[in-house]
Amino acid sequence: MVAAEVAHLSSGWFLENAWLIGLIPAVGFAVIILFGKKLPMQGSEIGLGTLGASLVIATGAGIQWMQRTNSAEGEEAAAGVLRGIARSLPRVEEGGHAEPFIEPVTKTWVWWQNSGLEFGLGSSIDGLSVMLLWLVAFISLLVQIFSLDYVRGDRRYTHFFAAMTLFSSGMLIMVMADNMVQVILGWEIMGLCSFLLIGHWWEEEANAIAALKAFFTVRVGDVGLLVGTAILFFGANQYAVDNLDTNGFNLGAIQAWALSGEASTWTIVMAATALFIACIGKSGQFPLHTWLPDAMAGPTPVSSLLHSSTMVVAGVFLVAQVYPVFWEGFNIANGGLSFIAVIGGITIVISALLAFVQDDIKKVLAYSTVSQLGYMMLGLGTGAWLPAVFHIFTHAFFKCCLFLCAGSVSHSGSHHSFDMKKDMGGLRKYMPITFGAWVVSTLALTGVFPFAGFWSKDEIIDNVGNNGYTFLFWVGLGGAALTAGYMTRATYLVFFGEPRGAAAGEHHDEHDVHADDHQLVGAVPHSLSAAANDHGDDHDHADHGHGGHDDHGPHESGKLILFPIVVLAFFATVSGFSNATPLGESWEQFKKFVEPRPEAVAFDAIIATGPGESVQLVVPAVDEGGDDGHGEAADDGHSTGCGRGDPEAATACFFPAVVHAEPKFAKILLSLAVVAAGYAAAIAFCVAFYKKRDPRLVGLTERSRVARAGYLFLANKYYLDHLYEKVIVRGVAHPIADAAYWINQRVLDGAVNGVGEGGKRAGNWVYDNIDQKLVDGAVNGSGFVASESGHAMQPVQSGKVNHYGALLFGAAAVGAIVLVILNVS
Amino acid sequence: MLAVNFLLLGAVLFCIGVYGVLVRRNAVMVLMSIELILNAVNINLVAFSVMNGNLDGQVFALYVIAIAAAEVGVGLAMVLMIYRNRKSIALDELSEMKG
Amino acid sequence: METLTDQTWLLTVGTFLPMLGALVLMFWPKNDEAGIKGIGILTAGVTMLVGIYTLVQFDYGQSAKLQFFVDAEWIPVIKSGYTIGLDGISLPLYILSMAVTFLVMVYTWDNMPEAGNTKAFYILMLVLQTGMAGTFIAQDLILFFVFFELVLLPMYFMIGVWGGEDRRYASLKFFLYTMFGSAFMLVAFLALFFQTGAESFGFAQLIDAGAAIDRDVQIWIFAGMFLGFAVKVPMFPFHTWLPDAHTQAPTQGSVILAAILLKLGTYGFVRIAIPMLPEGAKAWAPAIGILAVIGIIYGALGCLAQTDMKRLIAFSSVAHMGFVMLGISTLTSFGINAALFGMVAHGLITGMLFFVAGSVKHRYHTLEIQRLSGMLIQMPRMGWILGFCAMASLGLPGLAGFWGEFPAILSAYQPGFGLSEPLFRTLMVVAAVGTVLAASYLLWLYQRTAFGEPSDEFKGHSDAEHDAADRGHGVAHSLSAAANDHAHDGDDAHEDIHDVQLTEWLSWTPFLVAIVVFGVYPQLMFKVMDPAVTQMVERLGASLG
Repeated sequence: MVAAEVAHLSSGWFLENAWLIGLIPAVGFAVIILFGKKLPMQGSEIGLGTLGASLVIATGAGIQWMQRTNSAEGEEAAAGVLRGIARSLPRVEEGGHAEPFIEPVTKTWVWWQNSGLEFGLGSSIDGLSVMLLWLVAFISLLVQIFSLDYVRGDRRYTHFFAAMTLFSSGMLIMVMADNMVQVILGWEIMGLCSFLLIGHWWEEEANAIAALKAFFTVRVGDVGLLVGTAILFFGANQYAVDNLDTNGFNLGAIQAWALSGEASTWTIVMAATALFIACIGKSGQFPLHTWLPDAMAGPTPVSSLLHSSTMVVAGVFLVAQVYPVFWEGFNIANGGLSFIAVIGGITIVISALLAFVQDDIKKVLAYSTVSQLGYMMLGLGTGAWLPAVFHIFTHAFFKCCLFLCAGSVSHSGSHHSFDMKKDMGGLRKYMPITFGAWVVSTLALTGVFPFAGFWSKDEIIDNVGNNGYTFLFWVGLGGAALTAGYMTRATYLVFFGEPRGAAAGEHHDEHDVHADDHQLVGAVPHSLSAAANDHGDDHDHADHGHGGHDDHGPHESGKLILFPIVVLAFFATVSGFSNATPLGESWEQFKKFVEPRPEAVAFDAIIATGPGESVQLVVPAVDEGGDDGHGEAADDGHSTGCGRGDPEAATACFFPAVVHAEPKFAKILLSLAVVAAGYAAAIAFCVAFYKKRDPRLVGLTERSRVARAGYLFLANKYYLDHLYEKVIVRGVAHPIADAAYWINQRVLDGAVNGVGEGGKRAGNWVYDNIDQKLVDGAVNGSGFVASESGHAMQPVQSGKVNHYGALLFGAAAVGAIVLVILNVS
Repeated sequence: MLAVNFLLLGAVLFCIGVYGVLVRRNAVMVLMSIELILNAVNINLVAFSVMNGNLDGQVFALYVIAIAAAEVGVGLAMVLMIYRNRKSIALDELSEMKG
Repeated sequence: METLTDQTWLLTVGTFLPMLGALVLMFWPKNDEAGIKGIGILTAGVTMLVGIYTLVQFDYGQSAKLQFFVDAEWIPVIKSGYTIGLDGISLPLYILSMAVTFLVMVYTWDNMPEAGNTKAFYILMLVLQTGMAGTFIAQDLILFFVFFELVLLPMYFMIGVWGGEDRRYASLKFFLYTMFGSAFMLVAFLALFFQTGAESFGFAQLIDAGAAIDRDVQIWIFAGMFLGFAVKVPMFPFHTWLPDAHTQAPTQGSVILAAILLKLGTYGFVRIAIPMLPEGAKAWAPAIGILAVIGIIYGALGCLAQTDMKRLIAFSSVAHMGFVMLGISTLTSFGINAALFGMVAHGLITGMLFFVAGSVKHRYHTLEIQRLSGMLIQMPRMGWILGFCAMASLGLPGLAGFWGEFPAILSAYQPGFGLSEPLFRTLMVVAAVGTVLAASYLLWLYQRTAFGEPSDEFKGHSDAEHDAADRGHGVAHSLSAAANDHAHDGDDAHEDIHDVQLTEWLSWTPFLVAIVVFGVYPQLMFKVMDPAVTQMVERLGASLG
């Protein structure tokens, strides 16, 4: 059996009180809603203050988590301080020796109970969650700083900050969750806030519809979340109660159960599928990605927050958090063709293609986000957990930066238009800082060395190939080339060439422009897609940012807008080095601090440590070279170990032993070459098409039927919106609902009314024929008889005493006779 | 034997009385006829009483006599009143009780 | 069943105090409207205080036991006793009935229905309160039945006298429908009594004796009770009285109907039908589950087809009570807990939605969705309250509605006592799809009524627009500039549309606070209910073997 040794894990105030990170903004929301309008900055100071506080605590928690991880290294760690920073131990399956599992720091309170089980609410901090907590707090704070200037003067300024704060709070609550119900709580709070923020300018029907569409689409996916949670709860509950002294909602219990080998295949496949459907909806994966571009109807800060670190990342986070379920359910260990990877791969390509035909800068970025989320899903679906999570981290910086740059351009450069073809061009001269940030972020997004995206995206692609998914490896590479292509096009249209429209100082009526748009795109379904086209609203609301210039010509934005952009551009440049695998083990901070250890832990060790006190951990000692599982694992890491075989009795695994690809110079060169090719082709095209108006390219869609069909197919977003809106939604909303209501009124209610009517008729008949004629007839008849007989007897009452006497005696005589006769007989 | 005679007497008196009530127009005569009927009953009561050796019958007879006296008193008073009002005591002229 | 017999007066006072108020009102001069309203509110308020005292005195450590228990002689001839008591199952509903009546009376201070006759209205509400509270404390079948029926008459008059245009039809339909169910229910009660040969009609005796009845007989008796309770819930296909009754009833009637009266049916299932007839319940559970889920989908589809806001809310009740019944039909403590929570949550949320609908009707004189638009511009606070309630109603976590819906769906994954898992898992998925439909009809309603610009016919009649016009001269970006011009033109036009007013705030705030509090910290209620429910299901398990 397993020998146990005690390792002391350090903890700290920040780790144990990490629940404050989510709570503070939630309280901030309430304060803004209740008192915001009376405050000097109309509530925005509360939003900034609460997020700042969260960021401080998250930073503290992050540092303490690193200390905790280091403390788990035991004696060795104590020996050398340097080892705390740089770690160069290979994993067990890579030939190194085992490291102890680092238990999350949990602190929960009883939230609700049912059937005698108590379910908690609170925080459970591990590497993944502390990383995201910090990221969300950081990005949210920067976005709010940006918003200070960007939405200044908006009619619902206070509401805007309230919703933004609650939005961040929802993500934070979800990230720190230790159980599925809390995940659902945060998940749905974000859904609500996305509804409020996308529909921020709800006076326009199109915006309201876009908000409705976002909420509704995500809600369709949420069916999967409810069902998946139910399956997991009842699947894992018995295991959790028996072994871990917790319940089936607990994330740790779900992870352990999934890897325990006790789960039936059917259960875990269904759970994984259901949960992933929820993630498809939330993270905008094919085929539920259609809400994301429409969500651009909201103010730009909302888009940037929604697309970088909150909301859409929630789905990816969920997959990463309950990874064992997907690992087992989709058989990732053995290179099974996983649902996640397939969806991720499809999403990468289809959304990158869509990004080519967008004229709206925000929509290009929106499809880019969808595509990048596809990369994350692809990574998770093929066992590349670490690069995928790392990509969440880097992507947040450069995507947020790109959106804020787009906001800055529309705010100061294009008179609140987002139309690249009509109102931009040549802006690099007027907005040098924005341009610089944009270029840095673009390079990061496209994965150019040494910017952030290079380290994460290439790692995903590399690992996908390494794990045996050759086709998806090429899909990933192709996607990288496409990314380079559409970003080049967008960059060219915005910052190069001659200024057009508003960028050239022209003023025109927004709505006319968009009316043209509709004609151009022709078959775009009018109702919902119109939503996102109408960014013209921005100019109604955000005028105040100009603070008094009457000159509406392009100029650089103010400091409050530039500050977040510059900070984010800095992170877009350097954040990749936090897990720069090709540079060697010592650079792999994410691998050390974020990725959970795939080591089995004894049940006793877990139960002994109550909530918030998990400073001590009993871990099974690794019997090196022995004949137990771990010894074999060292030799043959792919057949046993967590997630590759059942854990030993009385132990639990919380994370599968994923494989990390060895960085190879050739692969890096290959991907850089692909990206370079993408750039080269795109630049050549842009110069030829937009600058020189090459006659072979201009008007191609008019001349070539194939090109036209392809263009329309893309412009109409593969006709998915048609399917959803015209067929499904309208079908349910009108014929089906009407039919149901018809049945209600005619059949059910008709039956009831029929019974009532029948009863009334029967009553009438009974009344007319039986009551009136028979019963009443009898009553009336008796009266008649009495009256008539009275008349008949009247003469008897002569009034003469003699007559009365005669009657008296006559009657007496008759009586006497009767008596006599009776007595005689 | 003896009792039969008494009963026959009573029956004859009763019949005379009934005849008087039915035929006579004079109210006083009707009253006297009623008196005959009552006395016929008295004779019967006393006869049965003696026959059965039980005094109840005689006691009843005394009651009847007392009641009859009262009845005649009331009856004569009414007759007197009728006479005063109508100057006649012929019963067949009295039909106010006609229904 | 163990009982606690401290402070036996408490429940009797809490239940019959409103009757005393009604008696006083009967002799009060009819013209003194303020006096009548004052006495009505005072009575309900004192009753509410008694309720709060009950809350304080309740022993939460022993919520599975009947507390404040009284078992007095009532009608010995028919072996029926005055048996009352309160446990974790009935406490939330008992308090809810008091709170709702009190708040409805406060609301009525300024919002008396048009038909007038305040005196009769308040007397009826007080009688109604006695009936509702009594139903939840009764521990004797006959007593339960009397209270159950006592509720019927005031509601009939409330709809029939103070209702809308079609009130006669609606009130008669309500009355006859419910009476129809009650008749079967009474027969079932009597059959149960005679079949068990019990000593009395007390719940405890019948629960002990009921399990011994032959299975086939149980199924028949359960059918009778099912009819009675299902009409009241109402379950598909016995729901058709509900939309009519709700649409025609005055606001106060709708609120009480939605908040409390519908719960009498579900409470009956939990308290009477299932514990007393375990075999019958088990045999009927799949049918109840299927009907419940049909109700969820069907109610939602019905909502999508509505053009009238109040009727839409009424149909949503059918869907929500479907979730409650789905939870009950699983026969697990998980599901029944969810159902009980769902009952209270639905009472608060749908009650609140009816309040809002009533106030909207009061201002716009219409509830046609097509004519309402831009409520957020004309009455921002009312619009946000409507949005809040819609969100709560569609089961957003953090608000009360979620805790009825989510565990109910969850519980269907693993129904109790060998009920068919494939069937109930299918029901679970369908019910989960129902949540999507709930989101669609509620948000669609919200988008059509609250968002956008006010329609021409009401434009410029609201206080909010005038304020904006006064304030907004310097602000260039006001989209409602058009509306402002209009408002200035029509300053002398009548101003019907004002935002939420004092009595509305007074009566609504507790609802809103409760929705948030129970949503954020559901343990408040689960802790009270769970022991009682768990004990009930354990007994069920014991008799089902």
